[in-house]
Amino acid sequence: MTHQINHQTKSKPLSERRWLMLARPLIIVVALIATWQVLVIVTGAPKYMLPTPADVWTTLIARHDVLFDHAQYTIAETVIGLFAGAALGTLAAIPMALFSPVRFWLMPILLVSQAIPFFALAPLLVLWLGFGLASKIAMAALIIFFPVTVAFFDGLSRTETGWLDLGRTMGASRWRLLTHIRLPAALPAFASGFRVATAVAPIGAVIGEWVGSSHGLGYLMLHANARVQIDMVFACLLILCAFSITQYFIVDRVLRAALPWQPDSLKPAQ
Amino acid sequence: MRSTEQAPPTAQNPTKFDIALRGGRVAFNATDIFHDLDLTLQAGSFTCLLGPSGVGKSTLLRYFAGLVEGDVSGTITCSDNIPLAGRVAYMAQQDLLLPWRTVHENVVLGAVLRGEKPKHDKASHLLSEVGLADAAHLRPAELSGGMKQRAALARTLMEDRPVVLMDEPFSALDPLNRLRLQELAARVLRGKTVLLVTHDPLEALRLGDRVHVLSGSPARLQDAITPKGQSPRNIAVPDILAQQAELLGQLGAEPSEGAA
Repeated sequence: MTHQINHQTKSKPLSERRWLMLARPLIIVVALIATWQVLVIVTGAPKYMLPTPADVWTTLIARHDVLFDHAQYTIAETVIGLFAGAALGTLAAIPMALFSPVRFWLMPILLVSQAIPFFALAPLLVLWLGFGLASKIAMAALIIFFPVTVAFFDGLSRTETGWLDLGRTMGASRWRLLTHIRLPAALPAFASGFRVATAVAPIGAVIGEWVGSSHGLGYLMLHANARVQIDMVFACLLILCAFSITQYFIVDRVLRAALPWQPDSLKPAQ
Repeated sequence: MRSTEQAPPTAQNPTKFDIALRGGRVAFNATDIFHDLDLTLQAGSFTCLLGPSGVGKSTLLRYFAGLVEGDVSGTITCSDNIPLAGRVAYMAQQDLLLPWRTVHENVVLGAVLRGEKPKHDKASHLLSEVGLADAAHLRPAELSGGMKQRAALARTLMEDRPVVLMDEPFSALDPLNRLRLQELAARVLRGKTVLLVTHDPLEALRLGDRVHVLSGSPARLQDAITPKGQSPRNIAVPDILAQQAELLGQLGAEPSEGAA
């Protein structure tokens, strides 16, 4: 018999698509900067309220040593917080999916934890864990914990029942059903939660820095704002944006590469 | 079909025990799906279960597989006095291939799930027997529907259990692929005790040594119809067509509709 193996349809030549893929972010960035410049000209805003892109660029170059120094702290807090939060979320989701008593006790606690405004929690964390990295990592981890736990738990509790039936007739233990069927089947859901977490992780770190710190982009922004160095505030924001986007794309790439079997209906449009 | 797919003269490792279900009862939400149900699966025979949708065919099959939970009673005994549990292989309408495992890895899944060392040579042999030798390294998403169901059949055979329970395994296939897979199944399952659920009377007559209709609520089993000859049978002969009319009658068709 003939093997009907699906191939991606190639509507455009590869070189043309690749060109567009590389050019698209550049076009977006240029358009955003142009809009920003037009806004400055149209509103006539003074530099201490809305600096021009050129002002911010000058600050980025001139103060790059300070910015780089503080950015390192924020990036470290975010990345460590991301992995700590994801690890905690994983550790919470698996027993919740496996044992119903754990689920019944932990779910309300999780929901209550979400009712607490995290911004209000930041001063407490600083009080308990100090001005250093620990309180910011805790803040980022706390924000990440919920989306990862909920997404992973959801994935674990929606295993195709046919797979579990098959596994049972094959004589699988509960543990092997988990490690060989339920966990891999829940990985796409975990990946969705982790992507969301990646996007919100820097927020946690920056909130922590605002409330009490001696380092980091949040700290730098707060002080620059107080001294009406708005170009510095914008420079910090730009670095945060660039870092968030880079981190998101790296995570997205890694997750896609790790789960090549995951159905992806958007792929041919890239 | 491939020229290599010829029926072996004798069955390998035939099943030697009968399975008797007595007083089977399953209820969902306090409504009996069936009760007082007796069914004997004779050693090495192919039994087909026909019936309208929702009558409880799959439930009866899953009962044999030990997969029905809740309000269940009745006894299943094997004539060799060894419990049936652990001696069945299960194949469903969906291929149930794990999308993250290759075809070969899916075929050896049972051993992996039991913590045994997979027999890779045997898996390769079975895959070539079902015509998938070239697709062993592919993931299920890269296969056609017929190929997926072949892979599922290879996985079922890999278990090498004396009893095979199949729940409409061919119903999602196009007619040509269905015919090919029926022939393949008849050949490779010869000598095993098989219970096949289907809604297609001709499939039942093509493959089954005994064909039962399950109908009504609570569902009752009709006496078996036993088509002559060895499966896979030619279904274009008058005897089979007459039995098809009989089955359609048992399923509730008007005589004018069911007449062949």
